[in-house]
Amino acid sequence: MAIYSLKETKQPPQSQTKAVAWLKENLFSSVSNVALTFIALYLIYLLLPPILNWTIFNANFDLTADNQSCGREGACWAFINANFKMFIYGFYPQEELWRVNTMFGIIVVLVAFGSLLKTSQYRAHYIIGSFLIYPIVAFILLYGGLGLEVVETDKWGGLTLTVVVAAVGIVASFPLGILFALGRQSKMRIVKFISVVYIEFVRGVPLITILFMASVVLPLFFSAGMDFDKLLRALIGITLFQTAYIAEVIRGGLQAIPRGQYEAADASGLSFVQKTVLVILPQALKISIPNIVGSFIALFKDTTLVLIIGLFDMLAIVGAATSNSNWLGREAEGYVFVAMVIWVILYSMSRYSKRLEVRFSTEHK
Amino acid sequence: MSEVINKEIGKKGCCDIIEISGLNKWYGDFHALKSIDLKVKEGEIIVVCGPSGSGKSTLIRCVNYLEKFQEGSIVVDGTELSDDVKKIRQVRSEVSMVFQHFNLFPHLSIIDNLTLAPIWVHHETKQEAKEKALQLLDRVGIKDQADKYPNQLSGGQQQRVAIARALCTSPKIMLFDEPTSALDPEMISEVLDVMVELAKEGITMICVTHEMGFAKKVADRIIFMDEGQVIEENKPDSFFNNPESDRLKLFLDQILSQ
Repeated sequence: MAIYSLKETKQPPQSQTKAVAWLKENLFSSVSNVALTFIALYLIYLLLPPILNWTIFNANFDLTADNQSCGREGACWAFINANFKMFIYGFYPQEELWRVNTMFGIIVVLVAFGSLLKTSQYRAHYIIGSFLIYPIVAFILLYGGLGLEVVETDKWGGLTLTVVVAAVGIVASFPLGILFALGRQSKMRIVKFISVVYIEFVRGVPLITILFMASVVLPLFFSAGMDFDKLLRALIGITLFQTAYIAEVIRGGLQAIPRGQYEAADASGLSFVQKTVLVILPQALKISIPNIVGSFIALFKDTTLVLIIGLFDMLAIVGAATSNSNWLGREAEGYVFVAMVIWVILYSMSRYSKRLEVRFSTEHK
Repeated sequence: MSEVINKEIGKKGCCDIIEISGLNKWYGDFHALKSIDLKVKEGEIIVVCGPSGSGKSTLIRCVNYLEKFQEGSIVVDGTELSDDVKKIRQVRSEVSMVFQHFNLFPHLSIIDNLTLAPIWVHHETKQEAKEKALQLLDRVGIKDQADKYPNQLSGGQQQRVAIARALCTSPKIMLFDEPTSALDPEMISEVLDVMVELAKEGITMICVTHEMGFAKKVADRIIFMDEGQVIEENKPDSFFNNPESDRLKLFLDQILSQ
């Protein structure tokens, strides 16, 4: 028999400097890892110089240059400058551009004001109110009415159109997706059947098909003389499509909620709606945040497909701008620019999703 | 036999608050509860024990209709349970339950866990609900944890929160479904202490538990179940000292020899 006294806590041993240890562990830990490291370095050596030469060293940054004086050995950034308005606003009339700017400006103000309210008890009211009222304001600003001149949707384009399509798709599909996810879990056979059929049908069909159907088939349901707005058709198609995916993502979250949570909510006398809204959904949505945002990011990229039914989103503008005889052959600059803009937006969304996850995390605080 | 015992427990309330008669339940073809008859008087403390799979949890989960049953009837404080949602909610508003795995809501702080049902089911104001919740947390000894989240607490603390949450709606009946089975050994006593306190206050309790010390101390009646039926039912004294059925003798041997 023996009795042991408590040992002192010590610092871990530090044999190497951190940088050397990191290199050893991550880049040179085994023979195959060493090989991969050198292959990667070689690829960087092959690819990086030409990319940098084209975008920076050989590029012409004279923003007033024209297609001829620009030269062909590097990028001609004057092309972006000359067509900047078209990239952002499409064919929206010059004198009405303030309306688009106001629409984007209000978003910035709303978000800024919302972050001031972080600890306020009215925060929920504010957010819900914004989501209900803002779309109406945005629609009136963009389309017209209430004394504003009407701008038909075929004039909308560029980043504005991309954002409108993505935002409407996201905002409309989220609540619908929740309903279909709950419907698929429902004990009512008919509700469940309809949800399953809808979700499985839409998920089994490519977005292009749905866009074509919305564009060609949807008008058949309406009388011949009635003109059905092309953008509206695309919006309906995209919302229908996205709803099915969001429903599946949220269903995954719902299935991860242990049965005990349902039982505890039932036992305390909450009604079905109270149980769903107060106990189950908050947890299911929290689990699903990464997948929901992932799905929204995919949707944002998919919005570029609207060009096939004749809408000019930001990507389609590249084609439109380079078919102008002044700027022939400058597609590369256009696509690189569009890629950068979309990357910045999507990367921000992805970072924001990370922050949301941390904020809602009550597991390991 | 229960008639006799109930007469002896004259100090307890006059009336049966729970009446279970001819209760039968099947899971598929499996006969989980076989013709259970049980009456519980107001203020009575009932302990239900038995080997696992004997149907004891299923029985108390029928009382607040977490489990449906195919035959028989359960009347709780004058309301007969059926598929009628109003009646189910009526019963559930008077009956609270404490679970083996606590089942606290992990997305809500402790205080919000406690005030959820009072606010949404019993229509209390936030202020009222919060004051009562803090009193109850004080009673179970964890008032200072009110703003934390469930996963920041130990198992014993979580179960005490769960008991406080169950009490928050001022229930007439408390159901305990193996409240200490998922706890580390050193945390069992802190939960049992709270339950003993509660038992002294005259609330009706049905506890499924293997804690025989607790049963001896507070139970008015102990019910032994096996294979879906009530095998033996007695006052603690006779239950432990003069078990009649062989099944119970065997069970007591096993559980007390540990």
